Amino acid sequence: MNLDLNLQVIAPALIVALSLLLVLLGEVFLPASQRRWLGYLALIGLLGAAVVAAMLWGANLSGFGKMVVADAFGLFLTLIILLGAALSVLLAFDFVRAHQLDTGEFFALVLSAVVGMIGMVTATDLIVIFLALELLSLPLYVLAAFKRADKRSLEAGLKYFLLGAFASAFFLYGIAFVFGGTGTTNLGRIAAVLGASPRSDVALVGMGLLGVGFAFKVALVPFHWWTPDVYEGAPTVVTAFMSVAVKAAAFGAFFRVFLVALPELAADWRALLAVIAVLTMTLGNVAALLQSNVKRMLAYSSIAHAGYILIALVAMGVNGAGSALFYLLAYTLTNLGAFGAVIALSDGTRERLELNDFAGVAKAQPLVAAALTILLLSLAGFPPFAGFTGKFFIFGAAVESGWAWLAVIGVLNSLISAYFYLRPVVQMYMVEPAGGWNRLRVAPFVAFVLAIAVIGVLALGIVPAPVIALASGGFLK
Amino acid sequence: MTVHHFIILSAILFSIGAVGVLLRRNPLIMFMSIELMLNAVNLAFVGFSRFLQLVDGQVFVFLILTVAAAEVAVGLAIIVAIFRARDSVDVDEVSDLKG
Repeated sequence: MNLDLNLQVIAPALIVALSLLLVLLGEVFLPASQRRWLGYLALIGLLGAAVVAAMLWGANLSGFGKMVVADAFGLFLTLIILLGAALSVLLAFDFVRAHQLDTGEFFALVLSAVVGMIGMVTATDLIVIFLALELLSLPLYVLAAFKRADKRSLEAGLKYFLLGAFASAFFLYGIAFVFGGTGTTNLGRIAAVLGASPRSDVALVGMGLLGVGFAFKVALVPFHWWTPDVYEGAPTVVTAFMSVAVKAAAFGAFFRVFLVALPELAADWRALLAVIAVLTMTLGNVAALLQSNVKRMLAYSSIAHAGYILIALVAMGVNGAGSALFYLLAYTLTNLGAFGAVIALSDGTRERLELNDFAGVAKAQPLVAAALTILLLSLAGFPPFAGFTGKFFIFGAAVESGWAWLAVIGVLNSLISAYFYLRPVVQMYMVEPAGGWNRLRVAPFVAFVLAIAVIGVLALGIVPAPVIALASGGFLK
Repeated sequence: MTVHHFIILSAILFSIGAVGVLLRRNPLIMFMSIELMLNAVNLAFVGFSRFLQLVDGQVFVFLILTVAAAEVAVGLAIIVAIFRARDSVDVDEVSDLKG
C-alpha cells in the first residue's frame, strides 16, 4: 500500500494546529501585558485556515489511504466551524481579561478543539473520527472548568467530562462491533460490505452503539441531561463556542457515518431517529418554557434545535444533507449572536442572566436590544430571518421524502418555542428598567460580533438561494 | 475459545463499567468504571481482530490506550481542582446546577 500523505487535504487543520503551537509558545515567552496579542494570533490562524479551505473547494481531494477527504460537505462544515470559532475568539477578547482567565491557554485550547472538529467532519474512517472526537472533547472538558475559582464552572467541567467519556466509550464500542461485523472501519467499504452480504446483527448492534455515542454528543433525548448543567456552569464564551461548533462537528460526523456507511440499514434507523427527533424537539422546547435563567433557556433551546436538524437526517438524500448544512450555518450565526448579546449586557464579571435582569434594556442599550430581538426571532423561526429559511428547507426535505408528519410536529414545536424566545423581548421593551444600565459600555469586539450575526441572519433569511445551492452541492457522494 | 467467548466477556465487562458509572457516586470510581468500559472495547477489538484474521483491530487498541491516558490526565486534573475548591468530590454534593 502506498502512503499517500496528501497534506493538502488536511491543510486547514494544519494551519490551525500551527497557530495553536505559536499561541502556546507566546504564552510562555511573552510578558503578561503582551498576551492579549495571542487572541489576534488565534484569529489569524482561523482566518488563514478558512481561506485555505475555500481554496480547496471543488477539488474533492482525498488522502491518507482514503481516511480523510476534503469534499464539499466537509469543507462547508469546516467553514462553519471556523466561523463559529473566530466569532467566539472575538467574544473572548475582553471576556478573558474581565474574568482573569489564562489568555494563552484559553485560546490554545479553543484552537485544539477546532483541529479536532475539522478532523471530525473531514474523516472517512471510524477510527479517525474517534480520534478527532477526543481531540475535540478533551480541550472542551478543560474549557468548561476553566474558571477554576468558580465552583459552578468546575462542576460543569466534571459533569461534561464524566458523561463525555462515558459517551466516548459507547461510541468506541460501536466502532468495535461495526469492525467485527464488516471487517473494516472505512465508511465507504462498510457500506459496500453491508450491501453485498446478508444482514449482519453484529453491525446492527454497532450501529446502535454509534447512535448512542452521537446522541450524547449532539444532546438528543434521552441523552441530553448533561447539557443544561454544563451550558449554565461553563464560562459564557465557552458555552457559546460549545453550543455551535461542537454541534456542527458532531452532526457532520453523524450525517457522514449514517448516510455514507449505513444507508443499507436505513430501514432500521430512520423510524427510530424520527421518534427521537420528536422527543428531542418537544422536550427541549417544553423545558425551555420553564427556565428563568437565559443561559439555561438557550441550553434547552439548543437541544430543541438538535431535534430539528435530526429531521434532516431522517429525510436523507441531497435535500436532507443540504438543508442540515444550511441550518447549522444559520444556527451558528444566530446562537453565537444571542450569546454575544448576553455577554454585551454583562457588567465586568457580573453577568445579567436572569430574565428580569433584561428589564428595560431597550431604553438603555437600544442597539443591543434590537440585535437580540432579531436573533431570538430567528431562533424561533420567524421570517424573514435565517432561522425561518433553515426550518423551511428542513421541513421541505422531510415532506419530499415522505415524512410529512415529522414536519408538522416540527412546525408545532416552532410555535411553542416562540413563547419562550419572546419572553426576554417583552422584558426588554415593555418593562421599566431597574437601573444600573448607565455605566455599561459594550466592547467593540462584542459589538462587531453582534453586527456580523445580525447581518448574516438577515442575508441568509432574505437571499438564501446561493448558500443553499452551495450546501446542497455538498451532498455526500 | 471462539470469538463468542471474547465478545461475551467484553460485553460483561462493558456492562459492569456502565452500571458502575450510573450507580457509583464517587467521581474516581466512576472514572475507573469508564476505564473498564474502554478496556472492554479493547478486548472486543482484539477478539474481532483474531476472528477476522486482520491486524487492524490490534493496532486500534494502541490508539485507544493513548486516548485513555490523555483522558486520565484531564479527568484527574478536574477532579483535583474540584477537591481543592470544596473538600469533597461526591457527585451528589457537587450539585449547584439543576433545574
